[in-house]
Amino acid sequence: MLATQLAALREGPQPGLDEALGLVAGFDDALANGFARLGEERAEALTALAGAVAATPLGPLAADAAGKLAAGSIAEEHLTALAGARTTLLGAVHDALLARLDTALGRTRAPWNGSQPPTADPLTSACRSWLAELAITGWRGVDHELASSADQAIQGMLAEPRLRRAGVLLDGLAAELRASSPVGAMEHLPVRRWADLWARALLLIRTGAVEGAEEVSGRLLPLGVDIHEHGTAAQIQLHAILEPHGRLVRTSVSAAKVDTIAGPFVWQLFQDHPVLTGALAKHLSLEITGMTLLPSGDLIWQEAKAGVGAYSDPFATARVQLGGASAPAVPPLDRHPVRVAEPVFVEGYKSDGAVIRLDGAELPFDLDRLPQSGPLTPQLLKASTACIGLMRWDGGGWRLQPLAVQASVKKEPVAAHNGDWAQGPTDQKVLKSGAKAGDPVSVLKERAGRLLRK
Amino acid sequence: MNADRPAWEQLSALRVVSPIQPRKLAKVPFVEMAEGRLQGVVSSGSDIERVYVSSITAGTHGYNCSTNNNRPCGGLRGAPCKHLHSLVDEAVLQYGLDQVARYLRVEGERAGDLVRNLDGGHESIPAAVVFSRFLRHLAYLELPPASEPIAEMHWFPSLGAVS
Repeated sequence: MLATQLAALREGPQPGLDEALGLVAGFDDALANGFARLGEERAEALTALAGAVAATPLGPLAADAAGKLAAGSIAEEHLTALAGARTTLLGAVHDALLARLDTALGRTRAPWNGSQPPTADPLTSACRSWLAELAITGWRGVDHELASSADQAIQGMLAEPRLRRAGVLLDGLAAELRASSPVGAMEHLPVRRWADLWARALLLIRTGAVEGAEEVSGRLLPLGVDIHEHGTAAQIQLHAILEPHGRLVRTSVSAAKVDTIAGPFVWQLFQDHPVLTGALAKHLSLEITGMTLLPSGDLIWQEAKAGVGAYSDPFATARVQLGGASAPAVPPLDRHPVRVAEPVFVEGYKSDGAVIRLDGAELPFDLDRLPQSGPLTPQLLKASTACIGLMRWDGGGWRLQPLAVQASVKKEPVAAHNGDWAQGPTDQKVLKSGAKAGDPVSVLKERAGRLLRK
Repeated sequence: MNADRPAWEQLSALRVVSPIQPRKLAKVPFVEMAEGRLQGVVSSGSDIERVYVSSITAGTHGYNCSTNNNRPCGGLRGAPCKHLHSLVDEAVLQYGLDQVARYLRVEGERAGDLVRNLDGGHESIPAAVVFSRFLRHLAYLELPPASEPIAEMHWFPSLGAVS
């Protein structure tokens, strides 16, 4: 990414953005307070939200739902309709942000040609009721009992691979509510975030898997790996270029875990994927044959359909091929600013470890997305001069999430990648402290093996 | 340093649950502050098949320790046994002294002080509830794999390195 591209990204206001986010904030405030006690002002906020989607197919449903909630009649379908309206607005924000980023980068994006049919799984009914209960009560009224009341239903969903995605989301939300209970005693509430998670859960539960997949073969040239984690789940998401088509794709592997498995030990959860972790640790390309590619650009990883190829330097890939690569479409349900994670390459900048400066343009690093499971540190960012990263947008501004950097340490050039420790830490200090702590994954698996089947 | 950061309220991706500190799990595989108790599971030093369920009630400081089959711990003779000491030691490692002290409502400069300053006595707390929570905790590691990408995990960035 060049300074001119960075400047183009920031040029002029984004029309409608503040208005859309203002409507979302009105809904989020009502949700924090609880739909059982709406009051005039908050009822108006819901009507305004519904009004913003009046011209869409959701319009009549949303208007009806806002009216019913204002009159004190709260049904799950009304909540879902308003969650849909909020999602639509944030979807429009996402689209505007991504369009501006694509224009600045000169990146072409495929049109969406998949589908996601609705579904209704009886296993999710308890969680739907819980989400409704949360909305009626409001975040401020959540106590330990309400926060924990869906635990068993969430366990049931997690055990079903087809409901895993929603289960992982609900488990993350429930853990935050439990840890924050009683929420009424909190000074600040993460209102945007919890409303995001609530609305997504409500819609995800009613949405089936993405359809419209194709089979692809070719060579994957890795760019970098993004690591996601909450107390009971971890996901690694590799961003790569699929040759010979020059397409940006991502492939993800996730695992269930517990909170005491964190930092570099997270990689232990993925050791049954030696091809993928090997390629990450050793910077190898991957040869894939007949793997499923969703229209969202997500490659469904299957070790059996992959093999490691030759050495492939992500920085060479980023320098030479990233600029011309084409990007995949984003599924409609996933369109939310938090999902903007576009791979970019920046070099020739100066940094204080928090912000990069490139010919007068500035861009902050996203230091909240710097995992402990890899070698990247703020110190290393400060010494860096080139970065493969993901463009992120949150809280009203753009940030760069580093996936890999080239830096100069004691006048020696070094490169560090998020996936360098995929097959175990390579840093002596980390290795030593890990050996001292023992391996939590094998300790807990031993305990599980001995105690669970009794 | 973060004066120009947007308000917490407007962020989608942020850390709500404080990160826990890594610790050795061999002796005390499970510790939690839940249901009004500091509770957990301590592996027996002599029998690999046996675990002790130890718990301390917040506020009243009543405590109990027994095997998962509800046999009382032989070490409980009018004072907390070594398993309860281990439980508090590991809880302090995992959550930090302040958080554990605040939860139990007890004072002390070190983990050992917390146990010494408990002013409750032996109390009957059923082991089965705690043990089943431990089993549910372990069950996460046995979940069947799922291959679908989880887009929602973008809300959960890997718990960051704080410099």
